Amino acid sequence: MGASQTRSVHKYQDLVDRTGFSLEQIKNLHKRFQHLSGNEETISKENLDRIPALANNPIKKQIVYAFFDKRNQHQDEVGSFEEIGFEQFLMVMSHFRPPTLKTTEEEKEALRKEKLRFLFNMHDTDNDGTITLEEYRKVVEELLSKSGAMGLEAAKAIADAAMLEVASTNVPHMAPDDFYEGITFEHFEQILKGLEMESRMHIRFLDVDTTTMRCGKSTS
Amino acid sequence: MYRFGFVRLWLLGSVLLIFLTSAVTGNNGDLALSNQESHQSESNVTGIPIVKFKWLHVESPYIIALWILVAGLGKLVIESNHHVTSVIPESALLICFGFILGGIIWGADKVQTFTLTPVVFFFYLLPQVILDAGYSMPNKLFFSNMGAILVYAVIGTCWNAASLGLSLWGCHMGGAMGDLDIGLLQYLLFGSLIAAVDPVAVIAVFEQVHVNEVLFILVFGESLLNDGVTVVLFNVFEAFVSLGGSQIDAVEIIKGIISFFVVAFGGSLVGFVFGLLISLVTRCTKNIQIIEAGFVFVLGYLSYLTAEMLSLSAILAIVFCGMCCQKYINANMDERSVTTVRFVMKLLANGSETIIFVFLGISAIDKGIWVWNTGFILLTLFFIFVYRFIGVFFLTWILNKFRLVPIEFIDQVIMGYGGLRGAVAYGLATLLDEEKIKEKNLMVCTTLIVVYFTVIIQGITMKPLVNWLKVKKAAVAEVSLVEKVQDKVFDHLLVAIEDISGQIGHNYMRDKWNNFEKNWMSRILMKPSVRKNRDYVFKVFHQLNLKDAMSYVAEGERRGSLEFIRNETALVNFKKKFDDEYSEIMPDITADMSDDQEINSLNCFCCRRDPVPCVSLEMHKQTMNGVRETEDINSHHLLQQHLYKGRKQHRHRYSRTHFDVNKDESEVQEIFQRTMRSRLESFKSTKMGVAPPKTISKHTKKDQQQKFSEASESASGCDTSFPMRVTYRAGAGIENPAFMPDLDPMSAVQIPPWLAEAELDSDMVAPSERAQGRLPWTPSNLRRLAPLRLSTHSTDSFVIADTSINTLRSHENNQK
Repeated sequence: MGASQTRSVHKYQDLVDRTGFSLEQIKNLHKRFQHLSGNEETISKENLDRIPALANNPIKKQIVYAFFDKRNQHQDEVGSFEEIGFEQFLMVMSHFRPPTLKTTEEEKEALRKEKLRFLFNMHDTDNDGTITLEEYRKVVEELLSKSGAMGLEAAKAIADAAMLEVASTNVPHMAPDDFYEGITFEHFEQILKGLEMESRMHIRFLDVDTTTMRCGKSTS
Repeated sequence: MYRFGFVRLWLLGSVLLIFLTSAVTGNNGDLALSNQESHQSESNVTGIPIVKFKWLHVESPYIIALWILVAGLGKLVIESNHHVTSVIPESALLICFGFILGGIIWGADKVQTFTLTPVVFFFYLLPQVILDAGYSMPNKLFFSNMGAILVYAVIGTCWNAASLGLSLWGCHMGGAMGDLDIGLLQYLLFGSLIAAVDPVAVIAVFEQVHVNEVLFILVFGESLLNDGVTVVLFNVFEAFVSLGGSQIDAVEIIKGIISFFVVAFGGSLVGFVFGLLISLVTRCTKNIQIIEAGFVFVLGYLSYLTAEMLSLSAILAIVFCGMCCQKYINANMDERSVTTVRFVMKLLANGSETIIFVFLGISAIDKGIWVWNTGFILLTLFFIFVYRFIGVFFLTWILNKFRLVPIEFIDQVIMGYGGLRGAVAYGLATLLDEEKIKEKNLMVCTTLIVVYFTVIIQGITMKPLVNWLKVKKAAVAEVSLVEKVQDKVFDHLLVAIEDISGQIGHNYMRDKWNNFEKNWMSRILMKPSVRKNRDYVFKVFHQLNLKDAMSYVAEGERRGSLEFIRNETALVNFKKKFDDEYSEIMPDITADMSDDQEINSLNCFCCRRDPVPCVSLEMHKQTMNGVRETEDINSHHLLQQHLYKGRKQHRHRYSRTHFDVNKDESEVQEIFQRTMRSRLESFKSTKMGVAPPKTISKHTKKDQQQKFSEASESASGCDTSFPMRVTYRAGAGIENPAFMPDLDPMSAVQIPPWLAEAELDSDMVAPSERAQGRLPWTPSNLRRLAPLRLSTHSTDSFVIADTSINTLRSHENNQK
């Protein structure tokens, strides 16, 4: 940990406050970021697309897109980036922080909303505030595209049925001439009530960097 | 009051049965086989006796059957009093029932003739309970909490055993329990047998308090796995006791530790192997579907026995056996066999659980075992309770440092309080060798008291405690497709994020395992035909469809006919609103459809406006003339196929074991059956991923024409305000025509166009909305159909979709 590190530590401190990651985690993620970008300042979609482990992921496209979505940056902007810097990268990652014992109920609720919003944005590609049937179908199709012989039609059918479910749970008393346009965020929240988002949508960000440990061994 | 009388009657009945058994069996009525005794009392009969009373001939099986009957009746009585079972858990009541029975037997025999022997318990009662637990284990949940479960099961149990044994020994040394002939090792042995939380008791109590799933899996998983630990500890300490204190050296202790791992992992491995074996066997049982369900039980039991034979942990073996095979057998076996397995599994498990509790109660009423030592018993109770809490809190404290989602304090309290002991401890206690352990009876009776205390007192207070502490309850689990889809999105999302952030976490591992499993294990263990369609989301879709169909049919049955779907009000309603409604909805639909749907006017739901495109996936580019013709033929066909017909004409389609011919009364049933069958058929084929068997009727065209004229004749006789509908009605009981063959979302898709042409005759019905791949205009219909839907949550989209088409069709016809 040389002098160059201390400078970056200072830089990171700001990120710690904003994202809630620990310093160690940010350092790790930064390493990963540099690895992905090839030591560039920014990262592009192609960089993420190239990750070999992602190759098998059916919703790879959506996930990668989510990183470049301005809506996931907590800054009330819309549109998408061409390339993102480390800060944006971290902001997206911060959606997946686990709760701790100390998180209060309100914080949990906020966390939950945030996570839900992320998911919602993933579906709502055109950012009009509703997930239309088309958009939903798209996701489901991709989702099921890897699972063998279930055709496109089956995926469609499932998407339709799911949509119908949302429609019936959220608007049980619709006027006869209404047409269910799509899932709004409120509806989205409503239907995923059962999913304990705050305690499920997270991954473990390690404090100890496994990659450096390996590197250290090989170099020394 | 009437109910109470009824209950008392049952009670009286079962009591009489007990008297009968105990009186008849007299003094030799041990449950263990005793019919080897020679009984020559009737041998000196000279002539041919017409009737002989051969009690001894049937004694053992007879008694066993009677006991099962009695236990069942007891459960029946208990369960019929809901206000009691809502306060006191069933297990506690069964034990009390056992007390009563035991008292009766005692009164009759003056000696306890029936007790729970270890052989009966471990070989005939326990396996099926554990197998059921393993088979219905939520695997994903279990493995994602595996670490915590193992910590509780292994370290927690060892802690319980050691702390209890040492503390009791310390108290003994301090003189708290008077003069007892128990050494340190015996105390440890006792501690090890009573340390384990009992799966049977825990399941029984936690089933009734619906705590959240993580808490449940922690307690449940712990109770299952720690049995392995206890058995090992028990064996090791028993060996130590027989060796005697002086001969125990480091080598022996190390051997003990090694044997622990060997026993635990070996047992799991045996279970795993047998699980794979079951999967393999069920893969090839296509021709013996009737008995394929049996393999699951036989092989499961064999895994238990094999592990027992190799002195490995039998309980772990059967747990893992059930866990491994569940996925594959559910996919491999026929759906009916799967249902059979589920039910039989539950039947056996629930039955033996009942018997276990009853016998735990009965065993208490035996003067022979009661040795009272206040100090020993009370201290044991106290220590068990306290150390359980200490262990849970301490281990959770450590675990929470590593867990992503920490276990909350309240959950810890419930975990600690849920440390129920049960029949396994009792079984082990009775296994003790009286030669080596002088105070065996004291231990047995302490174990019994601990069991009663935990099961009855803690069991009763569990529910109030859970409510009082506001423990997070399990969400009322009504499966919804959206959630499952979202679940899947979740999984992939998390894996992707782990990939991107370059870390190897749970999700990563799970993904790798899933891939491995998919590529290798399923290839070997699953039938090729089911492999492709086993996506979870699709399964849920399938299930929901089935459920919808069921509720639809049930609703139809309730109303006496499926005709309800086209009842007057809905139709009139629709007609009235049609003009405004249609014009408003139409643009949407048009927009929706125009981009991805073929235009076809055959299933025209809108003849009013010509430019509006209509939908069929099967037919393309037909000329209008041809369309008209086929339409006519289709409608004839539709009519004659789906109108209600007397059973005689269709007899060949049914199994001969079915209902009698009785048109008047069985009409409803007939409709139900026919509809159900075809629905199920189409679902099944959906599952298989093939087009449904073509239900082409055997009538020639001429026949069709004739039929049609008949039908229209009868139709003309009726009310003519709605020609189409009335035609349907002609047969009195109708199978909703658009309802039957088109339920299968795949059918429309998978019939290639060249076949579709040929098939026009057979099942040309409006494809369901699902098949059309367009969101039905539910909203408008939803409201109308709301009362029909039994569950507002799951979607009755068939109802909705099909009605909308029906109504439109009838409207279309109306226009002509």
